[in-house]
Amino acid sequence: MLDPWIWKMAWRESKGSRRRLLLFMSSMVVGVAALVAINSFGTNLSGAVDDQARELFGADLSLERSGPFGQETEAVIDSIGGEQARRVSLLSMVLFPESGASRLSMVRALEGEYPFYGSIVAEPPESVVSYRQGRRALVDRSLLRTHGIGLGDSVQVGLRRYEIVGALTRTPRETAANMLISPPVYVSLSELDTALVAFGSRATYEVYFRLDPELDAEKLREELQERLREQDVGMDTVEEERQEWSEALEAVSRFLGLAGFMALLLGGLGVGSAVHVYIKRRLRTVAVLRCLGTSVLRTVRIYLAQAVVMGLLAGVAGCVAGTLMQSAVARVMVDFLPFEFESRPSPGALVLGMGAGLSTALLFALLPLLALRRVSPLAAIRIPFEEKRPGRDLYQWTVCGVVAAGLTAMAMLQAGSFVVGAGYAVALGAAFGLLWLVAQALTRLARRLAPRAYVWRQGLANLHRPNNQTLLMIMALGLGTFLIMTMVLTESTLLAGFARASGEDRPDVVLFDVQPDQIPGVHELVREQDLPVMDSSPLVSMRIHAMGSVPVDTLRADTTFRLTWAHRREYRATYRAALTDSERLVQGAFTGTYDGSGLVPVSIERELAEGELAVGVGDTIVFDVQGVLVSSRISSIREVDWQQTRANFFFVFPENVLEEAPQTHAVMTRTGSDEKLAQFQAAMAAAFPSVTTISLRLILDIFDEIYSRVRLVVRFMALFSIMTGFLVLVGAIMTSRFQRVEESVLLKTLGASRRQVLAIVATEYLVLGVLATTAGLVLAVASSAALAAFAFDLPYAAAPASLAAVFLLVPGLTVGLGLYNSRGMYARQPLEVLRSEVQA
Amino acid sequence: MQRQDAVSVILDVSGLTKTYLSGSRPLTVLRDVTFAVSERESVAVVGPSGSGKTTLLGLCAGLDAPTSGIVRLAGLDLNTLSEDERAAARGRYLGFVFQTFQLIPTLTALENVMVPAELRRLRSARARAEALLKDVGLEGRASHYPAQLSGGEQQRVGLARAFINRPRILFADEPTGNLDTQTGRTIQSLLFELNRSAGTTLLIVTHDLEIATRADRMLQLQAGQVVYDGAPRQDLVRVQ
Repeated sequence: MLDPWIWKMAWRESKGSRRRLLLFMSSMVVGVAALVAINSFGTNLSGAVDDQARELFGADLSLERSGPFGQETEAVIDSIGGEQARRVSLLSMVLFPESGASRLSMVRALEGEYPFYGSIVAEPPESVVSYRQGRRALVDRSLLRTHGIGLGDSVQVGLRRYEIVGALTRTPRETAANMLISPPVYVSLSELDTALVAFGSRATYEVYFRLDPELDAEKLREELQERLREQDVGMDTVEEERQEWSEALEAVSRFLGLAGFMALLLGGLGVGSAVHVYIKRRLRTVAVLRCLGTSVLRTVRIYLAQAVVMGLLAGVAGCVAGTLMQSAVARVMVDFLPFEFESRPSPGALVLGMGAGLSTALLFALLPLLALRRVSPLAAIRIPFEEKRPGRDLYQWTVCGVVAAGLTAMAMLQAGSFVVGAGYAVALGAAFGLLWLVAQALTRLARRLAPRAYVWRQGLANLHRPNNQTLLMIMALGLGTFLIMTMVLTESTLLAGFARASGEDRPDVVLFDVQPDQIPGVHELVREQDLPVMDSSPLVSMRIHAMGSVPVDTLRADTTFRLTWAHRREYRATYRAALTDSERLVQGAFTGTYDGSGLVPVSIERELAEGELAVGVGDTIVFDVQGVLVSSRISSIREVDWQQTRANFFFVFPENVLEEAPQTHAVMTRTGSDEKLAQFQAAMAAAFPSVTTISLRLILDIFDEIYSRVRLVVRFMALFSIMTGFLVLVGAIMTSRFQRVEESVLLKTLGASRRQVLAIVATEYLVLGVLATTAGLVLAVASSAALAAFAFDLPYAAAPASLAAVFLLVPGLTVGLGLYNSRGMYARQPLEVLRSEVQA
Repeated sequence: MQRQDAVSVILDVSGLTKTYLSGSRPLTVLRDVTFAVSERESVAVVGPSGSGKTTLLGLCAGLDAPTSGIVRLAGLDLNTLSEDERAAARGRYLGFVFQTFQLIPTLTALENVMVPAELRRLRSARARAEALLKDVGLEGRASHYPAQLSGGEQQRVGLARAFINRPRILFADEPTGNLDTQTGRTIQSLLFELNRSAGTTLLIVTHDLEIATRADRMLQLQAGQVVYDGAPRQDLVRVQ
């Protein structure tokens, strides 16, 4: 490639085609920009996490337990020393008396100077200190805005009212997504209503440390971890927090990176197709050059040099655009990040962008360039008698292998994992393969159709004639449609799932944490509101003490046993005589009442039994029900429909076992309307502040809030693919213009009217648009149905209106672009067109 | 049939046969053709359409490989050369003039003329090209693109390009076939003039009576076989 003549010829040869080459290149620019923007963002993010890990954590070390610390733990806490702060966190309904609104929130009661590093951010800033004096509170800013609450108003947490002195915008260890699901309310620990942390509450107790300088947090963790684990106390350090953040952010960056890679791939496909057409128009020149004494390799190098320049330019332009776009990615992601970070160019991302641009351009250009090897110099003096068969030769197979290996390597690099990268490459290959198959099948169909009307016949024929753009257009349009519609259809499936869960006869509100002595009052209040008490289940807290005859503590030491979270967690089980309508028996026999003989027959949820606990009917489990050991035998396995708004359980005991155990209750009712719900929630919060009200409306609202932000990110990423796809589409249409112009001119010469010429163009693009959109929609329906069945376990919900809209919109856009591109074609003189466009 | 003295022979063709597959049917276009061309000699190849003239030209120039037979060009047996070696030989010993001019549309007239010299990395490519364009009367059109030139002008650029490497032999395929009579005459004169001044051998495929009779020797092909090899005869051209 160092031969100056090659570069000179490449430059000269590009004359007259440079604008077209730039257009083809632009799709690559978008792909490279996507990669650079996402990778720079990822690098800056991980730098920010490294720099701010301590501020994110707010301390050097923390201990955490889902209940008050025992004496032994308190002794450990004393021995650690340093500066300490305590925090109790619990999910609870909070009420805003001025507006009557209520909302499930994360109440955080704080004692001490936590955070020791970084700060809680609130408006006004002084409220971060002042809320600790007396009954004052800091409340999540979005929560205040949503309910129209201002500073100076009050918030009721439990039975206590607090003056709202500040609007929280950021707190340590809390992402914006966390804040959306359970908006935080900060109060002083000494002012917390103790009823909220009474028996049965799900409060988490934490103690934070600023260690003395000579103490190493990591070393301390290693020393204490095992001892504290036995007391069900978890430990965290800055390093762990940093690792967790890094892993989470890396996963997000990788996901976004793969989406960017898709855009790059689409761009590469556009370049490959453009080079294919471009080269076809250069065959005569190549034959002449061969005739004049140019070697095969030298001829190929001329066009390879053009591809190198295209790749380099796309790389440079993509790097510039990507660096500028990085702030846009940051803006989209800002809701998910609890820390500051600076958008600056990342050398690694720029190198990757340049490399990806150049290698993608080369990989995709190489295959069509190989065709130059077969150009006979004889073609310069006459059309060869024998068409050389374009069958794949060894070089072509090698290049195909290099392209596949190169793309897989890039996917692996982007995914940061061999398996994920390979899986992604295979999945992408499958999607491309399916689109290819659809294109082939539909093209063959078009070949068989022979409508009587000339315009239709001609338009359809353009789909399968030599140099058609059918495959490329179906790939570009189909892939874009597929990505966007998968998202839309999945969203509609999830929403339909929620809607089904709120069917006429189903509960839409669950009241948790109802103490036994509150049951009559709660039932009465429900009825006073003209609402039905649809179910009332007791909840008994328990842990697994032993699997069979082996205690879990012994299993902890057994390295051959697969101990999981399911062995260690605290369960809230219930007892009743029958299954509910959200349960289905799949194995064994459900026992409703315990007769007092033998092991207690218990029913277990199917996924837990088959998965984490790996138990079956007949196995024994010993439960620790708050100090009392209960030996049980699995008598049945149930399938549970978790989507239904009701109290669902992993374990269901028969009656006559747990009645005397300490317990709370879950009560279900149906409000039926938002107004009734608001009225009921306000009444409950006022009368039973310790009772947690979870409504389907709340779940829907949270889903909507989170999904709207996730949707923004996914749509932002899809935008890259759409932009690339659009540019590839424009490129394809431009290319087909050059292919069709000669024919249009001939038709005009033979007497075709402007209308007829345009009708042929419109027919071709209409059919292409319809075929591509159909292919994309078929894939989208299949993938969203698969997601519904395997990922969400929901019945698939079709969205006919969205499908119909896309089915009309995309072909309409394609026809519009096609006609716009053909404008003025008819007005030009045949000779002028033939000289300038056909020869170019 | 005449055989020339081997010492002065630049092109030696022996037993040349070419069979193509037309569909699945073999089609023999040239059949056992044998002749030789001496240095500085001008030979006109005549014959009716489909008689194998262009195929013969292509095989002699190494643009294609024969089914059987030997082509020796400037002492090189083309059959023993690879495709790239044949291309190199063309760049070194051959000039080409095409019926349809075959200028590269994205290159100016000057750049088109320079290409063969640049391929051989000649430093004087530009100067030679400018001089040749002057010789063919196109010094004022050097920066024009082929689409901006008339057919006659394009063929003059083609002639200049053919002579830039001072070839030992010039292959011309119907050089006036796409031109009107007057322009054709001008091109014809230029061709012979340049040929004479450069001392080049000329193998020219033509239907043009004037060109054929200006050559030193005439080869007539019929159904792929040489049926006449001798002094130019007007009657042979007329009967085509």
